[in-house]
Order: sequence, then structure tokens, then C-alpha cells
Amino acid sequence: MTDLGIAFGRVAFVMLFVLNMGGLLTWVERKQSAIMQDRIGANRASIFGFRLMGLFHPLADAIKMLTKEDFRPARADRVLFGLAPFVSVFFALVAFASIPFGDVLRVAGREIPLQAVTLNVGILYVFAMLSLGVYGVMMAGWSSANNFALLGGQRAAALMISAEIAIGASIMGVVMIGGSLNMMDIVRAQGHLLWGWLPAWGIVTQPLAFVLFLTAGIAATKRIPFDTPEGESEIIGYFIEYSGMKFGMFAMADFLETVVIAGMTTSLFLGGWQIPYLVADGVRFPWGGAIGLPHLLVVLLQVGAFVVKVCAMIFFMMLVRWTLPRFRYDQAMRLGWLGLFPLSILNIALTGLGLLLWGGPA
Amino acid sequence: MKLLQRFYLVEVVSGLTLTAAHFFRNMGLHIAHALGRTDARGAVTIQYPEERRPYSPRLRSLHRLVRREDGSPRCVACMMCETVCPAHCIYIVAAEHPNPEIEKVPARFDIDLGKCVFCGYCVEACPEDAIRMDTGILEFSSYSRDGMIYTKETLLALEPAGADGRPTSPVPIPADRRP
Repeated sequence: MTDLGIAFGRVAFVMLFVLNMGGLLTWVERKQSAIMQDRIGANRASIFGFRLMGLFHPLADAIKMLTKEDFRPARADRVLFGLAPFVSVFFALVAFASIPFGDVLRVAGREIPLQAVTLNVGILYVFAMLSLGVYGVMMAGWSSANNFALLGGQRAAALMISAEIAIGASIMGVVMIGGSLNMMDIVRAQGHLLWGWLPAWGIVTQPLAFVLFLTAGIAATKRIPFDTPEGESEIIGYFIEYSGMKFGMFAMADFLETVVIAGMTTSLFLGGWQIPYLVADGVRFPWGGAIGLPHLLVVLLQVGAFVVKVCAMIFFMMLVRWTLPRFRYDQAMRLGWLGLFPLSILNIALTGLGLLLWGGPA
Repeated sequence: MKLLQRFYLVEVVSGLTLTAAHFFRNMGLHIAHALGRTDARGAVTIQYPEERRPYSPRLRSLHRLVRREDGSPRCVACMMCETVCPAHCIYIVAAEHPNPEIEKVPARFDIDLGKCVFCGYCVEACPEDAIRMDTGILEFSSYSRDGMIYTKETLLALEPAGADGRPTSPVPIPADRRP
């Protein structure tokens, strides 16, 4: 019974974190873009006169979308058309499950690993879920009985394949250094110190892979500059026939994927829940000296560090989204296949060479 | 394109630096504003209904009919404005004025603001300086076309805008929006 409760709590934490982040991102997107462009952004929705910097706008949007007409084109496939947005959101939601948000929590003789699901093949799981997410998009494009939607779905599939290959190849270096496919082990491996002072975060040991992964990851979220499947000004894309909350769910899936990619980047390249020099029983500085901290505080700090890092990554991805113009379809393909993919292979070779010269996985 | 530009990443970083600089500068200004520095403005936005930009004194706004000292319209129903109006939005019915010194007076003076193009020709054409467009009122709207027709009584009641360009008389509420 207690085990069940603990498992439920872990899942609930991740679920609520990802869902709330996804909802908040609609607000972040509006506000951050506004501040970047010397504007104020949405701030009119209010409850009892309180505006809270527009924080009620996600709520107002949800009410608006839920009360809109749910329209289905006459020639659309009844089952697939209804199913597609749910498939899209579902796989984006479950992808976060094996990303660790903290180290092991020890309470009353129990050891609780702070991730929703402890999987030996955590990385593969996240990829599988991210790749399956494109099925929702393809289903939407195909079942809408609309040529523009079909075009969008086909573009999404092509973009996803080119991005996923680059993602998979670019993280191989991290896996080689970490020596495991378990996300928890990979994060732990980043806790070592290089030359006694530099944290061995993925961004330090794998700088090329970081850039490649981030680029391919942004492509996998289907957001600008890789929004060719949507391409608002040219084809509108796979969700052209959707309205109301079903349309909202596609937008939500994009935001959730942003959170997942941010979580992945944090776990693989930014040390996950690691804080430099913070070990299980306190802070231990490389120049000597240590501060003891209670276990619970350490765990809380680690979870906080993970959340802060994820938020920073989301900020960066939003910055990219509101700075760069859209790639043309052929440019995105060329970047994926002729740019990211060969460089990822090169990165694997370089990592292998490095491991051969300076010793195996730590 | 130069090689560096073809590589793209350098240009991406320089673009991101620019937008991030804007973000952090504006964020700092917003925080300073929230902490009481009212002169710090992180955005160029004017929050319209609460905040308005100053109107030019030359602004052509809602028309008004100028009154004589006894309160009757200065208009003598000469039909100059009706004739010159390119949008044909003025409709005048003339009547005898009780004072024999004055030739005529408008029995009706309607302006259909749904048609008006705010060219100001009526003000230019008027020999009596009886119609002006200086009320400063811009926010008139209606749910029907009839509500956009402003009659002589409404137009006579309006006052010129104040020195700051703000309207001094209340915005006339069209009949279909009256409670």
C-alpha cells in the first residue's frame, strides 16, 4: 500500500509539473515575446479585478477553447480525426516519465528514486515516446481530408525522422561517457569533477553534442524555426481542420514537447539535478572545507536545481523561437541530414577516440 | 554569403544576443517600475483606455454645431456643407428664423457618421463658422446604422475639447445603446 502510494506520488509530481509547465508556457510565450519586443503582452484577463500580470490568460484560453464548437469535416475519418490530438498529447505527457528530477530520497528506511518510472533504458523510452508523438500529427494530417493538412502531416513526419536521427546520434557520446542508458546513472556520472574542480556536466564533456542535440530537439518540438509542418503563413498545417480544445491540444503537445526537450537537455548536458560541489551530505568545496546539510534539504535543493535548469532551458528555447525566422522545408531537411547527422557521427567518433586516449567511463 | 554566415551558428548567436539583451533590459525596467521608479518604462505600449497619447489640436474629431449667445444654432441652413460633402452624409432641412435679421435656421441637421470620411470640408465651406470638428471625441460607435446618425440637438450640445485635447462634453450615446 505504501509502495503504491509512493509510486503514485512520484508519477503525480512529474505529471503535475509537466502539465502545469505546459499550461504556463502559453503565458510565458506571450509575456517573454512581448518583453523581448518592447511590448507588454496579454494582461487584460482578470478575476475580481486582479490581473496578476496576465496569469489568468491560460485559464481564459482554456474556457474559450472548451466552449467552442468542435467541428469535424464531413469527409474526415471519424475515429482517427478524433483520436489524433489525444495521441499527440498523450505521448508528449508520458515522455517525461523516466527523466529524474532528484537523487534518491531516504525516508524511514526507504530509498525512493526521484523519477516517475525507473527504467534501465530510460533514454530509449523518452525517444520512443517522442517519436510516437508524430503519429498523432500524421493521423491528424491524413484523416482531415484536406490537402494542406496532409502536406503538414507529411512534413511533420519527414522533419521528425531527420530530427530524431540527429538526436539519437548526438546523445551517443553522453551515453558512452555515462556508460548507461539509465537516465539516473547518466545524471550521476555528471557529478564527477574534472581536474578536481570542473563539474563533468555533459555541456563540458560534449559541447558539440549539446549544440546538435539542442538544434535537433527544437526541430522535434515542431516550433519555429522548424515549424514547417505548421507554417502558419503558407500551409497552416496538420491542424488546419481542428477547432476548439482539439486544436488547443495540438498547441499543448508542442508546449509539452518543449518541456520534455528542456528536461532531456538538462538531464543529459546540464547535470540534471546536480549542483556543483553539492554531495549527498552537504557542500564539499574543491579547495577544501565542507558544509554539512541535512539530507532532506539536499534533496530539496537538487529538485529545485532541476526545476531552475529546466526553466532556463525553456527560456532559451523560447528565445530561439522568437528570434529566428522559419527554415524553408528543404533547408530544414538539408540541415538535419547534411548538417546535424554527419556531425553527430563525427561526435561519436571523437568521443570514442577521447575515451580510448583518456580512459573509459568514469 | 561569407563562410561565417553560411555556417549560420554565429549569426544565430548574434541574433540571440540582441533579443536577449532586449529581454533583460526591459525586464530590469519593468522591475524598477514595479519597485516605484515610475519613469522607468520597459515597453513602448500605451495602455489605451486608461492611457491615451496626446491628441494634436488639428485633429478632426466628432462635429459640433456652434451656438449663438441665445443658444440657437449659428447655422443659417445655406446648404454649403451639404453640397461640398464628398460622402453625402449631411442632411439639412431649412426653416424660417423668428428673427427677421437672420434668414434661415435648420429645422433638421443630421450627420450620418457611418458615412462621414472626416475630411473637414464642411468646416472649410461654412461661411458662418457654424460647424466645427474640435470636440476631441473619437470613440463613438453603435450596434446599428441608425445609431450612427447624429441629430441637431446632439451636435448642438457638444463643447470644444479642452486645452489638453481631451473632450469636455460626454460622448453622445446613440439611441440603440441608451439604457
